[in-house]
Order: sequence, then structure tokens, then C-alpha cells
Amino acid sequence: MLRRLAGALLLLWLVLTITFALIRLAPGDPATFLVPPSATAADAARIRAELGLDRSLLVQYAHWGKRLLRGDLGESFSLRQPVGTALRDALPISIGLGGASLLLTFLIGVPIGLWQAVRRGRPVDRALTVATTLVYAAPSFWLALALVAVFTYGAAVWGFPASMRLPAFGVRAPGLELHGLPAVLDVIRHALLPVTILAAVGAAGIARFSRSSIADALGHDSVRTARAKGASPARVYFRHVLATILPALVVLFALSLPGLVAGSIFVEAVFAWPGMGRLMVNAIAARDYPLVMGAATIYAALVLFANLAGDLALPLVDPRRRT
Amino acid sequence: MGRLARADRLAVLLLVVLALATLVVPMVSSQDPLAIGDVLALRLLPPFSTDAQGHFHLLGTDRFGRDLFVRMMLAGRISLAVGVLGSLFAGLVGVVAGAIAAWSRGVVDWALMAVADALLALPRLVLLLVCAALWAPGLGTVVVVLIATGWMGIARLVRAELLGVRAQPYVESAEALGASSVRVLARHALPNALGPAIVATTLGVGNAILLESGLSFLGLGIQPPRPSWGNMIAGGRDLIVVAPWVALAPGLALVATVLACTLIGDSLRDRLAGETAETLRDRV
Repeated sequence: MLRRLAGALLLLWLVLTITFALIRLAPGDPATFLVPPSATAADAARIRAELGLDRSLLVQYAHWGKRLLRGDLGESFSLRQPVGTALRDALPISIGLGGASLLLTFLIGVPIGLWQAVRRGRPVDRALTVATTLVYAAPSFWLALALVAVFTYGAAVWGFPASMRLPAFGVRAPGLELHGLPAVLDVIRHALLPVTILAAVGAAGIARFSRSSIADALGHDSVRTARAKGASPARVYFRHVLATILPALVVLFALSLPGLVAGSIFVEAVFAWPGMGRLMVNAIAARDYPLVMGAATIYAALVLFANLAGDLALPLVDPRRRT
Repeated sequence: MGRLARADRLAVLLLVVLALATLVVPMVSSQDPLAIGDVLALRLLPPFSTDAQGHFHLLGTDRFGRDLFVRMMLAGRISLAVGVLGSLFAGLVGVVAGAIAAWSRGVVDWALMAVADALLALPRLVLLLVCAALWAPGLGTVVVVLIATGWMGIARLVRAELLGVRAQPYVESAEALGASSVRVLARHALPNALGPAIVATTLGVGNAILLESGLSFLGLGIQPPRPSWGNMIAGGRDLIVVAPWVALAPGLALVATVLACTLIGDSLRDRLAGETAETLRDRV
């Protein structure tokens, strides 16, 4: 276990070094984004010196590494605030969006797959196969725009009642000072469309996976034996089928964890949610090196944590993996 | 099994028809997908409408009065080419890297796999965004970035398969007969280790098309006026309230293509690779 942890930390360092090299190799000068249009070359040079960009890359790399070890992610160029603060503002938005949709993904996806596997070959199964494969093949931003169209253009054309008109953009209603329950309800209303899209795309993938693996599990000898012994259908499904596919589902869940933060880049873009996706896109565009590195640290740490979590959880659900 | 095969044939047929249409439609159409004509008279016509000059617009027109169906087909050339090239070359790079790693072992193997693991430690979308900043956005950049972010998984697959094949008697006998290391690899080991890589590459085509559309949607991929499905969707985004078809129509071809690629990849997986590690596509 310690070996795995050390390996993960080594990989974290490696991926951050690669990211550092990539973003520094990218053409573009952060100073040009920071000076007013009337600035002279001398002004830009002064800003570069202030940001420490006039020193050699190796010195900057060492400086960045030393600060990271102290837990200091530095100061964002473009936002003029500590990177930690910027991440603290953006992370809860992405995690809220991703967490809600991840839960729904599995709560909806697995039962759909189970239902399809039980009714294999029947019209229900075929209709759901078509539906899940279609949603799985569609990019989330296109599905999101389609939903927005329904609730804006469609609402006007087909005359939706006022309660059905969902807000299509932003996290909360602008210009309103809401507190307590109304504020929470407002955020939920705004989250309805983005969470629906993310959950639908995720659930379609999980349903496809569950259907095929449950169908496989139903053919196992253990299931036939259990049925022959007169076990009730509920017992067959929960005790035998679910136990067979649980390890794979746990691995899938662990692998989906980074999607908590990274999965919503496009949905955030469509619905104008100021989460990690928008932060990352803007930081790269502005060559905001500290912010890019800070966000990359979060992403990489999440992926490596998810891999470790998957490895640790597997023996808990799969007795064969216990040593 | 018969039904599965029918679905496959339909998927292949769909892809062929789409590919042919992207080649033929812009050539034979009376509509120029790039030229801007009488904007005020032609712009934002809804689907299935006929304009004053009697031209029929199957999917309507965009804000400059250009026919969306013809533009969608022209965009399809680019999106299909980018998807196929991006995943094919990512697959090739992955096979080469995996073969080098498995056959050299030692430091080279360790270094290659460390780099692959490190790149896999960032979600592909994030890595894609960082790499896309390296060059000016455009066709070449998208393809290169798709290759740079897509080879690692396939390299791991090929390496694992090769390490398994390496212990097989026929490889040992080839070595015992004095065949050179490269000959054993190319003639005996690699052909038996390619199955999963082929499946992953095929499944990668749909994924690459989705990623291209995503990058273009964010303005980091194919640049207008050259149309791609992603930048056409982005172009109609601010019109979604008044003319939703401008953003939604190009997605139809995109969904159809990715759907066909997914179906073909699925059945290839069932036939060639048996049970492989289940992967979900990137959430574009």
C-alpha cells in the first residue's frame, strides 16, 4: 500500500512537471493580457519581472515546486487573487454539479440496465437500448442546447405554464437577494437542466454496461443453481447477480470520480456555470500559469486518488481479490 | 446473433452513406456552403422551407442565409477525417510505443509506461485543453492533439498483450529457431496481440469525433469559416432562443456518426476481444 501511495505521488509529480513544460512551451505571454492597450514594451517587461517570468525556466520550476511542497499554489495572474481562493470558489460548483449527477447516474443507470437484462429481447429492452445508445452517442453540449431550446424557444412556441419555464443560464437568479430556503430552491431550479444532462449521459453509459454484464451474470451457473433451489427472484438478483457485477460497478464508480470535476466542462460552458471547467479554459487562454498548475494539481490528484480508491475498494466487494 | 449482425450492417451502411453524402452533397448542391448571399432575405429560414428563389432548405439556413444541410455535409468531411485520422494515428503510436516497451523492457519500458501513466493521470479533456494551447487552433492542431492524448491506453493494452504472448510456446520456438527479436515481434507476437488495440482504436473514432466537436465548440478546434460540426453548433448557440435549428441541426449528423461508430466498435469488441476492461467514453 505504501508502495502504491509512493508511486501515485511520483506520478503526480511527473504529470505536473509535464503540464508545467507544456503550458510554458505554449506560445503567448501572460503580460500581454495584463497590460492596458496603451502600454509600452517597457511596461510589459516590468510586469514580467514582477511575476518572476524574467528568470530562467528552471529557476521558475524550482520556485513553483518549493511553494507547492509548502502547500502554496501561488497567486493567479489574471484574477489577482491566490490560486487557492479561486479554486475554492470554483470547486464546490463543479463538485455539486458532478456529485449530484454521479449519484443519479448510478441510481438510474443500474436499474435501467437490470430491467433491460430481465426483459431481454422484449420491446422494452429494445426501446431502452435505442434510447441509451442515442444519448450515449450525443455530446453533452448538444443535448444541453436541445434542452435549453425546449425551455426557451419551445416554451414560447408551445406556451408552457410559468412554473415549467426553467432558467437556462447561471447558478442563481441575477439581481435577487435571496436567503435561506428560497435561495436554495433558486439554485436547485438553476441546477435542474445541467444535472439532468450530466445524469442522462452518465446513466446511458452505465445502463449499457449494466445490461450486458447483468445479462452475462444471469447465464452463470450460480444463478441457475440458485433458481433450481427455489430462491425468490429478488434473492437471485440481489444475492447472486448484483454480487457478480458489483466489483465492476465499484471500479466504474471509482473511475467516474474525476468526472466529478472534469466531466462538466462542456455543460458548465453551455449553462454559464463558473466551475472548474470555465476556470481551466480561461486560465489556459490567459496563460495564467499558476492557475493552470493549480487546477491541474486538483485534476491529477483526483484521478490518482480515484485509482487508489478503486484498488482499495475492490477487495471489499470481490472476495477473490483478498490476499 | 442474427439481430446483432443486422444492427452492424445498418451501422456500416449508415457510415458509408454519411461519408458519401459529405463528399457528394457539397459538390452537386446548387447552394454554396461558404458564400454569403442576400443575408436579409435568406437568413434563419426554418427547416423544410423554400426561399424566394425556389431553393429548398431541408434543415433551414443560418444567420448568413447559408443552407445548413449543405454546410453540415461539408463540415462532415472535416469532422470524419479528423476523427478517423486522430484515432488511427493515436492507435499506431500506441502500438509502436507498447511494442517498444514490451520488447525492450528495462529502463525504456519503465520510462515509456511512466509517461503514459502520467498522461493518463489527467482527465483527457484537461490534457486536450492544455495541449491545444501549444499551437494556433486549426485542423492540424486538433489531429496532433488527439494523437498526443489518445495513444496511452492503447500502448498499455498492446504492452500487456505482448507480455502475455511472449510466454507462448510459438514465440519461444521462433526464438529457439534463431529468428531475430524484431522478426519474432513483427511476425509472431504482434499479430496475436493486436485484437484489443484494434477494438480500442475503432471505439476511439467516435470518441475522437466527439472530442473534436467539443474543442471546436469551445472555439479551440476547427476555426470558422471552415465548418465542423462542433463550430457549427457553437455558431448557433446564441440563436438558440430564436432559431434553435441552427445549433441543433449539425448535431444530427454528429450523433448519427458517433452512434454508428459505437455500434461497430461494440460488435468488434464482442467478436475480437472478448471480455476487455470496460471503458466509458470521455464526457464531451
